[in-house]
Amino acid sequence: MMEHLPIVMIVLPLLSAVVTPVAGRIHRVLSWYIVVIVTALCFAGSLSLLSTVLETGRISYWLGGWEPPWGIEYLIDYLNAFVLCLVAFIAFIVAVYAKKSVELEIDEARLPLFYGVYLLFVTGLMGIVITGDIFNLYVFLEIASLAGYALIAIAKRREAAMASFNYLVMGTIGATFVLLGIGHLYMVTGSLNMADLAQRLPALYGSKVVQTAFAFFAVGLSIKIALFPLHNWLPNSYTYAPSAVSAIMAATATKVGAYAFIRVMFTVFHAEFLITGIHLNHLLLFFAALAILMGSILAVAQTDIKKMLAYSSIGQIGYIILGISLMNLTGIQGSLLHIVNHALMKGTLFLAVGGIVYRLGITTIEDFKDLGRKMPVSMAAFTVGAFSMIGVPLTVGFVSKWYLAIAALEAGMWYLIIVLMLSSLLTAVYFWRVIDNMYFQPHDASKVSEGSVVVAESNPKDAPVLMLLPTIVTAVLCVFFGIFASLPLSLAEKASMILLR
Amino acid sequence: MEVYESARPLCAMLVSLSAVLLIGLSGRWPNLRETWTLMAAVLKFAIVLSMLPIVLGGKVIECFIVHVLPGLDLALRVDPLGMTFALTASFLWIITSCYSIGYMRSLAEHAQTRYFMCFAVALCAALGIAFSANLFTLFVFYELLTLCTYPLVVHKQTPEAIFGGRKYLVYLLGTSIFFQLPAIFLVYYYTGTLEFSSQGILAGKAPEIAVIITYILFIAGITKAAVMPLHAWLPAAMVAPTPVSALLHAVAVVKAGVFTVVRVLLYVFGVDLLEEIGLGVILAYVASFTIIAASVIAMMQDDLKLRLAYSTVSQLSYIVLAVGLLTPSAIASSIIHITMHAFGKITLFFTAGAIYVATYKTRISELDGIGRQMPFTMMAFTLGTLSMIGMPLFGGFVSKWYLAMGAIEAGRLPILIVLAASSILNACYLLPIVYAAFFKEPKAGGQVIAPKIKEAPAFMVVPVVLTGIEAMALFFWPSLILDLAKMIVGYVTGESY
Repeated sequence: MMEHLPIVMIVLPLLSAVVTPVAGRIHRVLSWYIVVIVTALCFAGSLSLLSTVLETGRISYWLGGWEPPWGIEYLIDYLNAFVLCLVAFIAFIVAVYAKKSVELEIDEARLPLFYGVYLLFVTGLMGIVITGDIFNLYVFLEIASLAGYALIAIAKRREAAMASFNYLVMGTIGATFVLLGIGHLYMVTGSLNMADLAQRLPALYGSKVVQTAFAFFAVGLSIKIALFPLHNWLPNSYTYAPSAVSAIMAATATKVGAYAFIRVMFTVFHAEFLITGIHLNHLLLFFAALAILMGSILAVAQTDIKKMLAYSSIGQIGYIILGISLMNLTGIQGSLLHIVNHALMKGTLFLAVGGIVYRLGITTIEDFKDLGRKMPVSMAAFTVGAFSMIGVPLTVGFVSKWYLAIAALEAGMWYLIIVLMLSSLLTAVYFWRVIDNMYFQPHDASKVSEGSVVVAESNPKDAPVLMLLPTIVTAVLCVFFGIFASLPLSLAEKASMILLR
Repeated sequence: MEVYESARPLCAMLVSLSAVLLIGLSGRWPNLRETWTLMAAVLKFAIVLSMLPIVLGGKVIECFIVHVLPGLDLALRVDPLGMTFALTASFLWIITSCYSIGYMRSLAEHAQTRYFMCFAVALCAALGIAFSANLFTLFVFYELLTLCTYPLVVHKQTPEAIFGGRKYLVYLLGTSIFFQLPAIFLVYYYTGTLEFSSQGILAGKAPEIAVIITYILFIAGITKAAVMPLHAWLPAAMVAPTPVSALLHAVAVVKAGVFTVVRVLLYVFGVDLLEEIGLGVILAYVASFTIIAASVIAMMQDDLKLRLAYSTVSQLSYIVLAVGLLTPSAIASSIIHITMHAFGKITLFFTAGAIYVATYKTRISELDGIGRQMPFTMMAFTLGTLSMIGMPLFGGFVSKWYLAMGAIEAGRLPILIVLAASSILNACYLLPIVYAAFFKEPKAGGQVIAPKIKEAPAFMVVPVVLTGIEAMALFFWPSLILDLAKMIVGYVTGESY
């Protein structure tokens, strides 16, 4: 059984996705139980895979016993074992959180469907991470994306449908580009296995077809990770999606996209090809810096908290791409760490905001006045997440910034430090506005009618426990991995060695 | 140097942190809450004091907390320099706590639980800065101090207070992210370590241009030292309640700033390297300018707290100037002045608060004849003033004496002129207050009125008098501070002093 674990990780949520809506017909709450149990099992499975990888270095699983490159291979090494754990963990945490939140934000009749699609989404994400076959990666990318569109559109708000449609159009263009890239590679090599491609491609680096294929990959995946200026599907999707969906999307979807980006760049192609073959690193660096600055600047301009967090995500994607484009070990370690770190911080922030939406239904920053007293635990978690985003030492945000800055110096690009610090300052500006409102701005009673003040005063209630617990866990992890950073670091180190052979 | 492993420095910090928890939990019972504050203050001072003999015996106390990343350790080390700051801060915390209780209760301030919690965190951070063994730890606590004093500065939560608080945050957090952190990146990049060393760690590791850039970044980044032109946060932060101003501007925040400057200059750059490139002198002249300019601005203020704030800006630069001169006596003077100024300035701020609580007066022009109404308070004010000016028989004289010696050793006579001028300026902006308080007739609505003794509560007057007397006593018994200062000078210059 244990040697089949890689495929179980995919099959289990995939089959459960079908069972869930049916079970929901018997009793609504059953579908939630199934999701929680399945995601918990996936998380346990991912941990077990991680420990196997730590012992043996890598796991290669052949689907149906077909030998690669003919059959599909699931290949797990340090890099994806680590991302897999992250995805499964966030999926589990958000599943626990979702129950209360979606009850309010989604039509009751659609709840079992929601949970089914949720599992499908998780299947897609885990599939992208676990597979060693590039066409299989495309298939899972589509599964995750289609499920993603549905998850956004399912919200009650009408804007959600529009946001989802926008995402659908952009996402499909991205996926098509990826598919074209795969097609071109298949044309010249006749192979779809990533490891096999990696061996065949270096001889063909001069070929225009390979270069075209790479261009398709680069643009397609950039859309999927919302790299500025290809980001415009993201802010509305995150803003109008149900809270739980915003949380899992912000924490995992773009991260898995970044993983796919790294895989294609460094495993299928080589760093050497990127640097000497097509000089992509400078172009990427430029867009990464642009994303960091523009994401932060646009975030400052927002008045809606979820939109602010969404723009902030665009800036943070820039950090991940920045580390990659520096093409040195430290930079890639910084990127890998930031994948995890950003998932934790953004997860915390979206989960905390979900609690506010649940209790008070507000998302405008102006309305946050006095929340620090009304919802102390949620707001404390939010503050931890915000500090981490700013990069206060002893939080995960500092760790990533440290690595990226040292990597920039090692690459001799000191001016990138200015970009990094400027974005830290902007981050401090847009988060401090929120913190200031939460804790220090006096509650403006004149704006609110008499009756509602009384209600607000008499029910200073925090979010329900089921929503608070996941929020607290991610917030604690933000600090834990900020202090004991050597744990994820040792994995990131090994993974970066594989990538920069 | 002999190393002595002990968890005592960590305990000293944890005492405040556990106090935070207890204060938070007992917010409903003010008396219990204040007991925690006082107990923690006394216990903390006792722990710091218990480390003193070991440090005086020539050993350093080390305490490793956690390994964060390669090259980034959270670790504490108690050496004479840190000890001086820690002693001053933890001793004055006891007094400030008493005073705060009196002040907050007399004015029936809101959110007192938050206030005392932040206060305790601030002291933990100050001790963390004092005991840091490396730049990373120092940076962690430096940022913590900024963040936990912000709620204190905006305590009143009026638009004015929030504006002042924002300025405070933008200056302190902004510069530390934008200048100090890159400086730390550079140090790590060139040396591969952030560990402080009495010889400096940059020497021979980095090209000269990088050293200069790092130096500028550090000086611009340590805004807590309030060297002009980055001083504007300090007057803005005067919207805070007076005990906060006292703590901020005499003990924790600004002293943390100058302490960091001293630490970075001596233990990251090292005396030899700075002398070789000639970077100390530039700083000395910038600081000289600040001393004079801030004193002149102070003279023009009518608000008592603002005048004291500018006086702080000026006095802090004495410390920066002294360390910039890099001669043994000057370095000793910078360390001595950290303590001397703390006692003098806290007395003055305490007085300002006591006057406000007793009479609601904040302007100097309203203080005519106040000495007859509040004799004890104003006597203490006089003691503080004389120490500030640097009169013999007062603590301030000791540091000025060493600073003058240092300037002569360095052969920089213009500095002596700066010293003389600033002493006169100090007298010009502080003595008129004393004169008005004792020798002018009290007036109310143009009418001369007969004064009645109306002091602030004893919880406030006793601390004021105590610090006032202390400021004087430090002239007669400066040996402890002097010994510590001499040890530091011995370590960093490599010759016994």
